[in-house]
Amino acid sequence: MRRVMTLYESSIGKKVAMAVSGLLLVGFVVGHMLGNLKAFQPWDGVGMHPLDAYGEYLRTLGYPVLPEYGLLWGVRLALLLAIGVHITAAFQLWRQSRSARSSSYGKARPQVFSYASRTMRWGGVIILFFVVYHLLHMTAGTVHPDFEYGAVYQNLVAGFQSPLIVAVYLIAVGALSLHLYHGIWSVFATLGAQNPKVERWRRPVAALVSGGLFVGYAAVPLAVLAGILGPL
Amino acid sequence: MNLTLHVWRQPSPRAKGDFRTYEAAGISPTMSFLDMLDLVNERITQEGEEPIAFEHDCREGICGSCGMMINGVAHGPQKLITACQLHMRSFSDGDEIWIEPFRADSFPVMKDLVVDRAALDRVIEAGGYISVRTGSAPDANAVPIPKPHADRAFDAAACIGCGACVAACPNASAMLFTAAKAAHLSYLPQGQTERYERAAGMVTAHDEEGFGNCTNHGACQEACPKGISVEYISRLNRDFLRASLSGIAAAGRGD
Repeated sequence: MRRVMTLYESSIGKKVAMAVSGLLLVGFVVGHMLGNLKAFQPWDGVGMHPLDAYGEYLRTLGYPVLPEYGLLWGVRLALLLAIGVHITAAFQLWRQSRSARSSSYGKARPQVFSYASRTMRWGGVIILFFVVYHLLHMTAGTVHPDFEYGAVYQNLVAGFQSPLIVAVYLIAVGALSLHLYHGIWSVFATLGAQNPKVERWRRPVAALVSGGLFVGYAAVPLAVLAGILGPL
Repeated sequence: MNLTLHVWRQPSPRAKGDFRTYEAAGISPTMSFLDMLDLVNERITQEGEEPIAFEHDCREGICGSCGMMINGVAHGPQKLITACQLHMRSFSDGDEIWIEPFRADSFPVMKDLVVDRAALDRVIEAGGYISVRTGSAPDANAVPIPKPHADRAFDAAACIGCGACVAACPNASAMLFTAAKAAHLSYLPQGQTERYERAAGMVTAHDEEGFGNCTNHGACQEACPKGISVEYISRLNRDFLRASLSGIAAAGRGD
């Protein structure tokens, strides 16, 4: 533990913390996206809708060996911890870099920054606000017009009726995929896995994951808006 | 060619500097950028003003003295050269050129375009020494070194310590410099004995000198007059990670 703390004291250690927590969160958003696509699974009208059944499955995963909702809350806490580490390290690194150049250039011409790399910090803030909104919208239902606990499919169809809300979701997943385009690419460098062999795959992998996430996440709200996913 | 220069003038480290405008008349395209500044300085001196202070030494791109921002780009618009190797043919008649020092809090401005880059020397110092047998010269090729390793070590050793990486980095990080200095030893057998202590010491010194951290923009690689790759940063990250997790970093600090 002391070694990990020594590591964290350095700037590279904080970057490693961001990379590791980031990877965990990438794993979550990929899983979440695949779960969302259950909305498209054909349903014969008997029993629960596949999406609702999937939600129920997640809630009871590990039961009865683990307490009911046990694994669900375990994963939620782990994600919360990862988000906490990611944001704390980002804030500390931002502060370090800000104090490293207190007087700015009279004329600066950025050379190679990609749009994704320049918007990492603000993109992260946008994603954070969205996550809070999304939890109130689709998990707690506080800001949902017609929320019913457990009726996941109904909730999403009712929740995406407004084009404004769909637009908010599209902007947020756009910010997420931009964030991950630079983030996934950066992870290789930060964890010391950047070498000529990896280099060829780094951009394509980052583009594929972030692009795939955008398409996967945008599909559900757009399908509801277009009427492809309608009320049961 | 006639040019308009906007040059950062700052009489002393604590003084508040500002841009002052000078006309550079009768500039030949074959002049180097520093020749042009010399010519402007002659005229400024004749008019009784202090000449523009800038650092220079070899004027052939190997000493690393002549760093400055030219139109917002470290060492100016041409790739893979230092400011002294930049020629006025890269500009056209009537151009406005903004010239200012490399900016980072770890590089305090001494005067005009001259900055104190001693922080980089202290990062090297923190790298320590290598353990080799001294005495009579060893036989040639007594220690075999794979060609790719020798090449990578040599590419890293091309670093002239000019500080352009720090100047170009949006975070004012000196990671490319630190990584290059660590890598030119870590690729060679002679550098293995203290490899991880070196990584730990240099990264700690880098942070303590007040440099920012790397966010993988790659601006340093673009600015580097020697074309040093950001891949070395990844290698340093890996060495530092290993040093920390194996306890070498903590041991080195006497914790």
